[in-house]
Amino acid sequence: MSASKAYEAGVKEYRDKYWTPDYIPLDTDLLACFKVIGQEGVPKEEVAAAVAAESSTGTWSTVWSEYLTDLEFYKGRAYRIEDVPGDPNAFYTFIAYPLDLFEEGSVVNVLTSLVGNVFGFKALRSLRLEDIRFPIAYIKTCGGPPAGIQLERDRLNKYGRPLLGATIKPKLGLSAKNYGRAVYECLRGGLDLTKDDENINSQPFMRWRDRWDFVAEAIDKAERETGERKGHYLNVTASTPEEMYKRAEYAKELNMPIIMHDFLTGGFTANTGLANWCRDNGILLHIHRAMHAVIDRNPHHGIHFRVLAKCLRLSGGDQLHTGTVVGKLEGDRNSTLGFVDQLRESFVPEDRSRGVFFDQDWGSMPGVFAVASGGIHVWHMPALVTIFGDDSVLQFGGGTQGHPWGNAAGACANRVALEASVKARNEGREIEKEARDILTEAAKHSPELAIAMETWKEIKFEFDTVDKLDVQ
Amino acid sequence: MNTQGDYQTKSTLETFGFIPKLTAEEVQRQIAYMVANGWSPAIEHEHPNNKMETYWPMWKLPFFGETNMANILGELEACRRSYPDHNIRLIGYDAYTQSQPVCFVVYEA
Repeated sequence: MSASKAYEAGVKEYRDKYWTPDYIPLDTDLLACFKVIGQEGVPKEEVAAAVAAESSTGTWSTVWSEYLTDLEFYKGRAYRIEDVPGDPNAFYTFIAYPLDLFEEGSVVNVLTSLVGNVFGFKALRSLRLEDIRFPIAYIKTCGGPPAGIQLERDRLNKYGRPLLGATIKPKLGLSAKNYGRAVYECLRGGLDLTKDDENINSQPFMRWRDRWDFVAEAIDKAERETGERKGHYLNVTASTPEEMYKRAEYAKELNMPIIMHDFLTGGFTANTGLANWCRDNGILLHIHRAMHAVIDRNPHHGIHFRVLAKCLRLSGGDQLHTGTVVGKLEGDRNSTLGFVDQLRESFVPEDRSRGVFFDQDWGSMPGVFAVASGGIHVWHMPALVTIFGDDSVLQFGGGTQGHPWGNAAGACANRVALEASVKARNEGREIEKEARDILTEAAKHSPELAIAMETWKEIKFEFDTVDKLDVQ
Repeated sequence: MNTQGDYQTKSTLETFGFIPKLTAEEVQRQIAYMVANGWSPAIEHEHPNNKMETYWPMWKLPFFGETNMANILGELEACRRSYPDHNIRLIGYDAYTQSQPVCFVVYEA
């Protein structure tokens, strides 16, 4: 037995304890990659070690009570440093955290450590959490999606194509009956799903319960008339968990297939609880991501969306917004494909060209539909089908309801464009390149599509991406 | 009578319900796609009155391992002759996802 160490008070350099370049991470370790810019003059190893310490067991001064436990077992370790391509000021640090630092099934607890105090640490100029490798041992403690892709398809009877949706517009100000009208028109025209805008909760112009009633009638009638299964994401995001569950219970009473939550503004605790409720009650959960760009858009500080997406899959959701690549909102194509994989696949290998820093084994955790929404219209359809594939929800808000003949015709136009794209893809055609031919051909049988193509022929959103991948 | 701008609700049969019925040649291309991906062809049929139900009766068993185009088309034809008043759908079944990456109605009653 080795002799115990004597207590020495005082301030030590972080790297003495937390920089361990010889460490080989365990399969059970939670691994993280941060992009760091340290204060001038501080060596990289010291900065990396400080990040490891401040996000795990360390504090600025040695304390006597450290000697009551085995910190060698509990400490986080900075085990690798890498240059960031094209960015001489920043570097990546890789940190391994022992599994027992985190409460089982709690992304809340993981984030509190990894993106807690350390982000305000003075020795850093900026810090960004680029990726987390969750060990399979941890993943097995999380509930994950209430249903997942396969079960959602079976419940909704949608196969062999992306699902088609729309966010109801105008996003604020409609009465409950008028809102239900907009839903009914979209669904009878051929959409599978419609969505509450994230801002819609229970305002004076339309209280939640009245919206539930009229939307339920709209769905029921559209299903009877079209013979297809329909749904609407009823947004249960509310000021308190009690209110959230009350709204969810009434959706269940009305036999609604799907509800919706905003996981960042609502918070991970509320989200995980609601996901568990959805699993127990057989209701699907659509996830919006308001506030994400505040957290993920700055390439030097914050949390990359791939981390938030992984956390959401663990916390629970059946559909998550991922951006569109081609629409009005920011989104680099390779980066988007990188985190879309994290939502849907059972294993995602490291791939720096997609911003994926670690192999990630998801085990048997169900997949999450990727939702592409925001400034997209019929001309984008072949590109969207190519980028997102079948396990996605393509949502055209303005692109449905802005049709000159109204929501139903707009919905029909999108459905025709979607099915023509899927059919052509299955036939082996390069649908992104042949987009014009495919849509023009389909429009011969659909005046609704012809009008939509004419309406949106000039609309593009071509701005440079702010958050680019770090590749040269 | 000018009906331009009016949208008449259609009763449809889910995927490919909004494009013209596929021709024999187009059906063959969809079969080629499922066979190339290793999915098992399967055929189901049901009377239009029950079209929204989850389970449609299967036509025989799914054709596991069948890659011969003529055989699959032959089974579709045989099913149609036996159930002329039914909708008949063709499925490409993926055992890995336990889902149907291809599923559309070939014959509408």
